[in-house]
Amino acid sequence: MIAEAGLAILWLAASLALLQCALAITGIRFNRDDIMAAVRPVAVVQGVLTLFAMAALIALFARSDMSVLLVAENSHSMKPLLYKIAGAWGNHEGSMLLWVTILGISGAAIAIFEWRLDRRTVIATLGAQGLIALGFFAFLLLSSNPFARIWPPPADGRGLNPLLQDPGLAFHPPTLYFGYVGLSVAFSFAVGALVTREVGPAFARAMRPWILGAWLFLTLGITAGSYWAYYELGWGGWWFWDPVENASLMPWLAATALLHSVNVLATRDGLRAWTIMLAVVAFSMSMIGTFLVRSGILTSVHSFAVDPARGSFLLVLLAIYIGGALALFAARIGTVRQGNTFDPVSREAGLVLNNLLLSVILGIVLIGTLYPLVAQAMGVQLSVGKPFFDKTVGPVALLLMIALAAGPMLRWRRDDARLLMRRMALPAGAALATLTALLFLTAGAGALPLTGLALAAGLALASVAPLWGRNLRRMPLFTWGMVIAHLGVAVAVTGMASEAAFTRERLVALRLGQSVDVGPYRVAFTGVKPQVGKNWSAIGGVLTARRGGGTAVLNPQRRYFSDPVTTTNESAILTAFDGQLYTVLGERNADGRWQLRLWWKPLVTLIWLGGGMIALGGLLSLIGRVTREWRTERRRRRVAAGMI
Amino acid sequence: MRHWLLWAPLLVFAGIVALVAMEMHQPSDRTVFSHMVGRDLPRFDLAPLLDDKPGINAALYRRGKPRLVNIFASWCVPCAAEAPQLADLAARGVPIDAVAVRDTPGDVRTFLNRWGDPYARLGSDPKGRVQLALGSSGVPETFVIDGQGKIVEQHVGPIREEDIPGILKALEDAR
Amino acid sequence: MKPKHQRFVLAGLALLAIFGASALALSALRDEAAFFYAPADIVGHLPDPNRSVRLGGMVKQGSVERQGDGVTIRFVVTDGKASVPVRFTGVTPDLFREGSGVVAEGHFRADGGFTADTLLAKHDERYMPPQMAGKMHKTESLKP
Repeated sequence: MIAEAGLAILWLAASLALLQCALAITGIRFNRDDIMAAVRPVAVVQGVLTLFAMAALIALFARSDMSVLLVAENSHSMKPLLYKIAGAWGNHEGSMLLWVTILGISGAAIAIFEWRLDRRTVIATLGAQGLIALGFFAFLLLSSNPFARIWPPPADGRGLNPLLQDPGLAFHPPTLYFGYVGLSVAFSFAVGALVTREVGPAFARAMRPWILGAWLFLTLGITAGSYWAYYELGWGGWWFWDPVENASLMPWLAATALLHSVNVLATRDGLRAWTIMLAVVAFSMSMIGTFLVRSGILTSVHSFAVDPARGSFLLVLLAIYIGGALALFAARIGTVRQGNTFDPVSREAGLVLNNLLLSVILGIVLIGTLYPLVAQAMGVQLSVGKPFFDKTVGPVALLLMIALAAGPMLRWRRDDARLLMRRMALPAGAALATLTALLFLTAGAGALPLTGLALAAGLALASVAPLWGRNLRRMPLFTWGMVIAHLGVAVAVTGMASEAAFTRERLVALRLGQSVDVGPYRVAFTGVKPQVGKNWSAIGGVLTARRGGGTAVLNPQRRYFSDPVTTTNESAILTAFDGQLYTVLGERNADGRWQLRLWWKPLVTLIWLGGGMIALGGLLSLIGRVTREWRTERRRRRVAAGMI
Repeated sequence: MRHWLLWAPLLVFAGIVALVAMEMHQPSDRTVFSHMVGRDLPRFDLAPLLDDKPGINAALYRRGKPRLVNIFASWCVPCAAEAPQLADLAARGVPIDAVAVRDTPGDVRTFLNRWGDPYARLGSDPKGRVQLALGSSGVPETFVIDGQGKIVEQHVGPIREEDIPGILKALEDAR
Repeated sequence: MKPKHQRFVLAGLALLAIFGASALALSALRDEAAFFYAPADIVGHLPDPNRSVRLGGMVKQGSVERQGDGVTIRFVVTDGKASVPVRFTGVTPDLFREGSGVVAEGHFRADGGFTADTLLAKHDERYMPPQMAGKMHKTESLKP
């Protein structure tokens, strides 16, 4: 029953999306207030309905209703409840439903809360939202119905794969989805503004919380995904430039650029066309990214099953939305009035530089990700990996750090180059001092990581500069957010550069009782012991790591799973205040020695700490902006009421 | 010139879409074809998994009559999807042998009871070694073996109805 | 500066950035893209030893030998037509074994041998994740 109800609700929501779209178009076309007034309630109801549909699917998974095909294929009655629920979106159909659900809810949120922006733009935005939702509804209902039944129902489901039962995997995809859908809202706003030609500060302020929220979730998702790959893959790396990783990085880069340009639009009414373009690009990147990954066109460590029919459907949707928006942009932007101008030395110019550098990185990542496809079309097989991205993205990212240090020190509209030099003297001095010290103290480290460390030192100083001489208690929350996020970049870069420059690696075959030195540790191989888990058995190595007076025991394992038969290497990681000792147990050789791979990674934890700080900065900015908007809105209403 | 520039993003995007669409319609190397096609079967001997069905070994394929080897697993959904087609082939008198990959007797029994049993023989490949030796990269896959023990054709993925004539022809040619 | 003027400058800068990115990316791709070779492809013309490339094929039966340090192995990759000796130092993937497929990442040496930095065995859960392996050929769902 629940499945049929869910399907019916889905159809209803789809027809409401169609209605929402049609009402918005006719209302705006004929300028009819009464028709436009109907759009908001429709959007709210549509949002609530999609929520019900998602709830129905989660209920089916929670109850392990094996007569539903999707449940039978992806769940198992013996799974813990948490993973049953996560199973609802851990598959193609369910994740698409989750996508429309988040889309529907955000549409409802715009309809309920967005009253400051001029009415026609809001209605046009909701119309665009309805159009996007409609495409995904069609996709769900016509080619991937999550509520399809199977007869006769199987005795139990297929999905008891132990490797999928990981909290990281359960919550990583929805986090990224929140980010992608947030960008779709920004996209809808951009389309709405292009339709009505009302591009200005009010539009930027309406769009900003969505961008901040989307960016926050993407940052969290990327940081968590990086740590997951680090400890789970057992390869010792934290970023592999894999197509799936690039698919989440590209929207993040665009969203970061958008986040900064929307501030120029909100504060100074500049960069109108640029901001609109970025909003379109950011959503395009999230769609292209998910599409490339989902369709399996780019083979990757995390590939999904391929279905040409579904792939074509998604590609057509993608072409209509993004192509339509870009065409609208080309046709309309010439008639949008130009915003305010600024001097070549000003906060705006700094942000333009930031945007340009981010765009360059985005372009490089996009080309690097798509290039294997181009080559394949020409009949050549190749892959593009870490060496390419390190060589190209690295130097541009260092330039970006300089822009990042200077940006917040600049005044809006017009500033003095000499004053800027004076303000930058201290951070620049710190960077130079760090570089000199590093050159003396270390030998053989690459130029890129050392420059990175030096710039990170300068950036750390520069990013707290806005706090200097100010009353910290009266500082707005979003300024705190900016400071913490920028400091987070310095922290993360320190971790990345230190990991790149100073990692020590040992690969040895040891007998029991032997030991090996890696970094500050002496690691003794003291034993092996069999271990048994719920659905695996393992050989665990016992490693005793000694450093100074303290010792710690690590237990890396080779795990053998029975269902399905797989072997995995479980790395064991020892976290110290100044880095991590990362250990992997390999095979046992014929002569009785065990292969061990050990890394000492100094300051590597800073990478994810920095990522967390960047996300925290985003959260503080979001709270700061929303509460301030809320307060001004309330004041405005009170004044309006008093006047009457 | 400015107006021309405004359309540039759309052009770039159209290029990307065209590229991807082309890639989708001629998927390149996603199916990994075996290096073994055209060569003799490697030597192998698989024990039976079920009491009432003999296992299989390489000698079986040198008796002058072509046979099909179907690599399947009870935990594989597309394997169930191809069951009617296999039943059809069996009904036409084609001998089909099964390599059950990483499977248990109980599961296979349930699978065959539910989806039908087209197999003449069934060997158990608990670690997927024979599957690897045949150069198969997944389940289901079906190999056509001629009467002299040579692999003449490999079918990757489930057999659909439209694939049956091709397989029958391969069997006919192998005679 | 007039507004129209500034818009023009900004558009120019954006264009410059895009061209810069493409130029940088394409020039680096010429050096860094890792081509995929089968042993037969390199007969007669050995790829540049400084390039990182991928070599794919089957591990030849009986060719795997472990060196004295316990972590270095030598083996031969073959595609039936030609073969290449490979040296690899590291933890081998779980499904690396004689007679099965392998993709080696690394570079060719001047003597015609191959030094691998990474090995990806087919069926390796990191190359083809196990959760997908069962679904690998799944192109349609199980409809009654």
